[in-house]
Amino acid sequence: MFDDLRDLYQEVILDHGRKPRNFRRLETADLNARGDNPMCGDRMELFLGMEGDRIADAAFQGRGCAISMASASLMTETVKGKTAEEARGMAARFREMAMTGTCPDCGGALEEEMDRLQALSGVHEYPSRVKCATLAWHTLNTALSGGKEASSE
Amino acid sequence: MDGTLRPALDVGRIRQDFPILSTKVHGKPLVFLDSGASAQKPRAVIDAMREMFETSYANVHRGAYRLSEASTAAYEAAREAVARFLNAGDAREVVFTANSTSAINLVAHSYGRGLLRPGQAVVVTEMEHHANFVPWQMLAQAHGIELRIADVTEAGELDMADLEAKLADGKVGLVAVTHMSNVLGTVTPAARIAALAHAHGAKVLFDGSQAVVHRRVDVRALDADFYVFTGHKLYGPTGIGVLWARMELLDAMPPFLGGGDMISEVTREGFRPAPVPAKFEAGTPAIVEAVGLHAAIDYVTAIGMEAIEAHERSLVDRAMAKLSVIEDLTLIGRAQDRGGVFSFALGNAHAHDLSTLLDRVGIAVRAGRHCAEPLHVRIGHDSTCRASFGLYTTHEEVDFLAEALTSARRFFT
Repeated sequence: MFDDLRDLYQEVILDHGRKPRNFRRLETADLNARGDNPMCGDRMELFLGMEGDRIADAAFQGRGCAISMASASLMTETVKGKTAEEARGMAARFREMAMTGTCPDCGGALEEEMDRLQALSGVHEYPSRVKCATLAWHTLNTALSGGKEASSE
Repeated sequence: MDGTLRPALDVGRIRQDFPILSTKVHGKPLVFLDSGASAQKPRAVIDAMREMFETSYANVHRGAYRLSEASTAAYEAAREAVARFLNAGDAREVVFTANSTSAINLVAHSYGRGLLRPGQAVVVTEMEHHANFVPWQMLAQAHGIELRIADVTEAGELDMADLEAKLADGKVGLVAVTHMSNVLGTVTPAARIAALAHAHGAKVLFDGSQAVVHRRVDVRALDADFYVFTGHKLYGPTGIGVLWARMELLDAMPPFLGGGDMISEVTREGFRPAPVPAKFEAGTPAIVEAVGLHAAIDYVTAIGMEAIEAHERSLVDRAMAKLSVIEDLTLIGRAQDRGGVFSFALGNAHAHDLSTLLDRVGIAVRAGRHCAEPLHVRIGHDSTCRASFGLYTTHEEVDFLAEALTSARRFFT
């Protein structure tokens, strides 16, 4: 009945949604921020352990739909080891991908990481769900800027 | 007579009155199960509004010319229609507002700040829509009113013993309660609530946003003091709602919004408010929307509220039978007296994932907290999906929802 939804709910998303990776508090976090998607009720808290300008560890906790949980899970995996600037660049490209389905800048540096995140690009066909996918990345930007509260609104 | 029961109403014919119901979504026939958020509009409403724009539109209560007189007559005829619909004793007791939210805010400002005294209390319930919750929180903060929240039982019914306990000290000036929950479908025992409130010296306001769509409402039989509803859930347009209140209350209440139409006289020193209901209708009202609401009331009245209620009962029975056997599906609320609103959770599937799936096969349901966050905390769900029925909803649509949910469960597990 729902076969054509497999583009949106790819197996990797259902898997990360059911068993999110890095799903824990980071007691020694250097940066942390809360993300809130008021429309959906998705809520998350992101923790970053920094070594200088580099993200040494990333973890999150929260509740939300499969898209938001999978996006946060994949994000924590892909930003680990990246510099803050690289992570911001990934956030910008991810946003583009989630909104348009394509990412002209995704070749080149960090191509492999962006390739993994491609699993979420199907969300662009579901305007009401784009925010679910981008919430984690909004929260990442907020945390990297030293902020505490991010909203996808 | 052949002994078979006549159907409560001819749904097939009714569906032809609603142009949008022939729409396709993702190539599938639309199965619109979000009437509780806003109902679709019959051609009679669409035509009445277009005709007004095309033939008799002008501002009301202003000009001594033909069009303005026609417009005023149509607007006031709508007021009469609402009065008959609620069995109000006097059409002047009907105040037009933008929607239920603005009607409740009117009462919270005017009655709340004007006639309730600091130290008094207002009682709401755990199952209120934010529209009947936040205005009272605002009043509590601004005016020294204590806000009390009556409990909802495990079955999703109003805990009448708790309500009585919250009224016991005699400090309560107003009980503001839904007549039908937009999440649980629970129909509250309005007449009993009114009697209880009055016995403790409190007035009572009913939020009838959901209830008027599904039942015949008689404000005098309920012994209500205030009753509010909105047009767009009753197959009418957006932008028009109703506050009905007893004449002596409206007379005693100070104006809410100031402006044109709500005054008898304005001088440099001050103003004298107009008589009820103009006192509460500052500014140019929603004229064409009032005419649309009139057409909607005529439409449901011609079908008959009893027939609508009987149809809905049959849908509720069907939904209970079909949904309650789906594995991992939790139905929220099991009230004895309920209307066609069903909130549910399916295993670990999130409400938004579920509604995206249902949308793909043409089914429109609402997902989230349905403007009732305190209730969602009470029932222990972050968010739920909600299917709500209208007079055009068919048994086949209910069956299709059940089939889709069964299939969705397999998708997520």
